[in-house]
Amino acid sequence: MVLEWIYDLTYALLKPFKKFLKPNSFAEKAMISIEKVGKGVVFDCQMCGQCILHSTGMVCSMNCPKNLRNGPCGGVRLNGHCEVKPEQTCVWVKIYEGSLASPKYGSEIMWIQPPVDRTLQDSSSWVNLLHGIDQKMKTVWQTQDEKDALEPIFRGSNEKE
Amino acid sequence: MKKNKSSMSQLEQVLKSGRFAITSELNPPDSADPEDVNRAAMILAGFCDGINAVDASGANCHMSSMSICALLTRVGYEPVYQISCRDRNRIAIQGDILGAAAMGVRNLLCITGDDVSAGDQPGAKPVFDFDSIQLLRTAQMMRDERVFLSGRKITSELPLFLGAAANPFVLPYDWRPKRLAKKIAAGAQFIQTQYCFDVERFREYMRQVRDMGLHEQVYILVGVGPLRSYRAANFMRTKVPGIVIPDEIMDRVKKTPKERQQAEGKKICVEIIQQVREIEGVAGVHIMAYRQEELVTEIVQEAGLLPRR
Repeated sequence: MVLEWIYDLTYALLKPFKKFLKPNSFAEKAMISIEKVGKGVVFDCQMCGQCILHSTGMVCSMNCPKNLRNGPCGGVRLNGHCEVKPEQTCVWVKIYEGSLASPKYGSEIMWIQPPVDRTLQDSSSWVNLLHGIDQKMKTVWQTQDEKDALEPIFRGSNEKE
Repeated sequence: MKKNKSSMSQLEQVLKSGRFAITSELNPPDSADPEDVNRAAMILAGFCDGINAVDASGANCHMSSMSICALLTRVGYEPVYQISCRDRNRIAIQGDILGAAAMGVRNLLCITGDDVSAGDQPGAKPVFDFDSIQLLRTAQMMRDERVFLSGRKITSELPLFLGAAANPFVLPYDWRPKRLAKKIAAGAQFIQTQYCFDVERFREYMRQVRDMGLHEQVYILVGVGPLRSYRAANFMRTKVPGIVIPDEIMDRVKKTPKERQQAEGKKICVEIIQQVREIEGVAGVHIMAYRQEELVTEIVQEAGLLPRR
């Protein structure tokens, strides 16, 4: 998917500038504006500051009215629309389809995403990613082994059909 | 099944022994009268391995699940403490889990919860600090690692049997078994499903679950319940999120004269229990009889689930 490619490219472009893109710096302020506009227009970004777009089929999970980051609730309507906002398609229905269409990161939908760190709201998700600020939980939330075990499940059962 | 330290949960013991389990739901009173809880619990406790204390289901305010658990454990009944993510943040929830365990609650059901818009106070602030999977993982971490999310130590054992909900009847169908796999990884040891009226859909779901070997990692209790009338069925179908009732069942109730609709609803429920019981990987049923608790006894009897002990 093109969006996966853009994600990789952005990461590659920003990585060399890690030492300039510091938290609370002028550069971060600039990044915040860029993210607000760029991701705002494309993904209706909610500026949670801990972006997991590539793990959720390039659809922003924070647009789910319940802010669910690990999958759809049980209230999806028969037409695939949202329980809370009947006029809109369930964000997680879109995420599932997006993930199926994402060959590189799609199976990361199986990761167990940690609770949102509300202190990062309105900060730059790219700065937080480069400096590991978006993963600073004091407890081991999910091991790499568990991620590796869960990921194959995503495509596995689809092939059978 | 994964080897876990015993939670001292009776429900877990029954499931481990391979007996067909029955859980049911206590309709939470709109009163401050403990007798309302005791009376309902007395009917259910006779044949239930666990009684769900629901957490403001449908986002309607009733006596809280924590207090119902307190009343139930006082008299020695086995509650399933439902925690929804809608009304409380992570600080409140972690504290409640400790408190519940201290009162003798051994079963926890972690659910996302219906949105506030489904209830009679839609102006309330929805919390959703956790989602159900984050709640499960947190409870698992508290029990197994004995720490809060912050890493701070918990100074005692926390014997808990962890459960989650599943809804095989809504989109995306293919995602539902995968979501189950995620919930199992996050800590779910038992599952109570949404109301099953579409047995064919459920059969297909279970086929996928078995293909993935998930039925050997979690105990699945199928949600069932009697439709009270055509009107009630129509309400559930259109107003309660996540409940799917196929046209054939709607027609069957509609064609029945009004005064016999409740009996027909009960009959349908009994038939569904008998059908799902035959499906490989089904460990029990979860009977939800909203404001019809007295019917649960008859349903259990007519479905051939007696004697229990």
